[in-house]
Amino acid sequence: MNRIQSVFSQLKSQNRAALIPFITAGDPDATTTVALMHRLTQAGVDLIELGVPFSDPMADGPTIQRSSERALKHHISLKDVFSMVAEFRKTNQSTPVVLMGYANPIEAMGYKDFVQTAGHAGVDGVLVVDYPPEECTEWVRYLKEQNIDPIFLLSPTTPESRIRRVAELARGYVYYVSLKGVTGASHLDLHEVGDKLSQLRSYINIPIGVGFGIRDEQTARRIAEQADAVVIGSRIVEEIEHSPAADLLANVGALVESLRRAIDAKSDHSSITEK
Amino acid sequence: MYDLPDKRGHFGPYGGTFVAETLISALDELCKQYEYYRDDAEFQAEFFHELKHYVGRPSPIYHAKRWSEHLGGAQILLKREDLNHTGAHKVNNTVGQALLARRMGKGRIIAETGAGQHGVASATVAARYGMECVVYMGSEDVKRQATNVYRMKLLGATVIPVDSGSCTLKDALNEAMRDWVTNVSNTYYIIGTVAGPHPYPMMVRDFQAIIGNEARQQMREEYGRQPDALIACVGGGSNAIGLFYPYIDEENVRMIGVEAAGKGIDTHEHAATLVTGRPGVLHGNRTYLIQDENGQIIETHSISAGLDYPGVGPEHAWLKDCGRAEYVAVTDDEALAAFHALCRFEGIIPALESSHALAYAAKLAPTLNKDQLLLVNLSGRGDKDMATVAQQSGISL
Repeated sequence: MNRIQSVFSQLKSQNRAALIPFITAGDPDATTTVALMHRLTQAGVDLIELGVPFSDPMADGPTIQRSSERALKHHISLKDVFSMVAEFRKTNQSTPVVLMGYANPIEAMGYKDFVQTAGHAGVDGVLVVDYPPEECTEWVRYLKEQNIDPIFLLSPTTPESRIRRVAELARGYVYYVSLKGVTGASHLDLHEVGDKLSQLRSYINIPIGVGFGIRDEQTARRIAEQADAVVIGSRIVEEIEHSPAADLLANVGALVESLRRAIDAKSDHSSITEK
Repeated sequence: MYDLPDKRGHFGPYGGTFVAETLISALDELCKQYEYYRDDAEFQAEFFHELKHYVGRPSPIYHAKRWSEHLGGAQILLKREDLNHTGAHKVNNTVGQALLARRMGKGRIIAETGAGQHGVASATVAARYGMECVVYMGSEDVKRQATNVYRMKLLGATVIPVDSGSCTLKDALNEAMRDWVTNVSNTYYIIGTVAGPHPYPMMVRDFQAIIGNEARQQMREEYGRQPDALIACVGGGSNAIGLFYPYIDEENVRMIGVEAAGKGIDTHEHAATLVTGRPGVLHGNRTYLIQDENGQIIETHSISAGLDYPGVGPEHAWLKDCGRAEYVAVTDDEALAAFHALCRFEGIIPALESSHALAYAAKLAPTLNKDQLLLVNLSGRGDKDMATVAQQSGISL
């Protein structure tokens, strides 16, 4: 059982949902990221999505794009990201780390180098936003050979045939994008999410995380009642952006602790269809 | 017989659909609709009717006789896309896509633009067909291209300056994609070049292929033979592919794409993607890119905003790799010299983009015999470039 599986199986036995934060590696600078990862685990997160900065993050909204720009000012490369993960792994062997980013930095490094270095660094999964299942057969094979989980996105508009295809390829968990639009947008329809999750569960037998548009404790709690994991990105990245350096770890820690409490306060019997 | 792309938009290893899941269903829908209308006689008839009566096609082939004599070699022929309504080849594509958008029931069109030519062509057809139009434009480009911004506004479009990244064309494209993801139910995204995810490279090529199809017929009728070489500038590559595509199977016709070498390809200030770049994935397709060793996209430079793009259409990437087309680059200075030459010898003010193709023709012609024919795509007129050219000569207008 790999780290991602064991985290989800433990949470399942406790009837809890996973809390997954997203931060961009190297935001606001190279030295803060590992400290921030440790602070996140202290605050109770179950898995960390670590963004690989890219010059043209097409599927992200302005908040995460700015975080990429801040990291790129320090010339953060994939190699730097792997060093951060390796550094984190020195003192944390249990929290899974999933890299999330765009195809081109990986293409520039080459699949083989990427998966080998990622495996050695202690990366558990990779989500490449612009590798849809049709375009990444070879890529997925490389990942699986290194026992790294390929994570895929599903959206409200994904048709049944594609859900089946993703169900075949995906390992670890799948990431359901809970609204149309880019990261950080703010019009989440909880009813729609609930309906879609039931549909997805009839094809997908690994955990389903939900993200995009989760900005507050209440929404996080409501999502936790339906999903196996709650992914929160833009809200956390905003906190990083607005915090003075001296308060950054404390501020992000406090925010994530409050989200953790909200998620754990989920009611087992409540249904997402109630108002 | 050349029959690319394949069903999923691949030109050899290039092209494809490298986008986030959130865009897939919109692209699938577009593919389905386009495949249907591509073979629909009524759609094609309306398209050609519009090209004739609204755009003013066919565009003539003009023999640049004085300039050819001056250069002392091959005869230079110009395919006059500069005479189209709105002043460039861009409108061929926006007419086609606007007609498709109408049939798909989308009342709002969005577009990205660099120099503003595609934005103007999009705003033009939006006005013509009574559609809402939003144009994304890098804030740097908004400053550099004030006249075109005003033109778009006159035509009723909303121009949204994009302040992210390098504040140029690629960032405008990112932002237009984001708008599309968010508003896909009522919005049609008109991409202006043969890049982006499938079906755009194929669809834009098909609409622009009118250039090469006309040229073949005109050459046959007026010269009794096809040219020895085709020359066209390449940014994203839509005017070049429009001319090249109908000639791909005629292997004795050379095809030469001319990229922007800016201040020189040995500097960092150029946009010569095929000449200097490496394959990668950007804006929905796999193609050659100007990137650093970590796969980050690098800012490009060209005196011509329309060539100032770090990618290139995937079909050009394939035509380069398989050797069917040649790709070269000319500098800002060479393009400017050709610009002035065409003004003085032929009384034609070319766009700075097209001036790159002219500059290479001026290099090649003297090496060839006087009975050889070079067909240059004069993709646009230079009215939009007055301020840039004047500034280069130290004149402020």
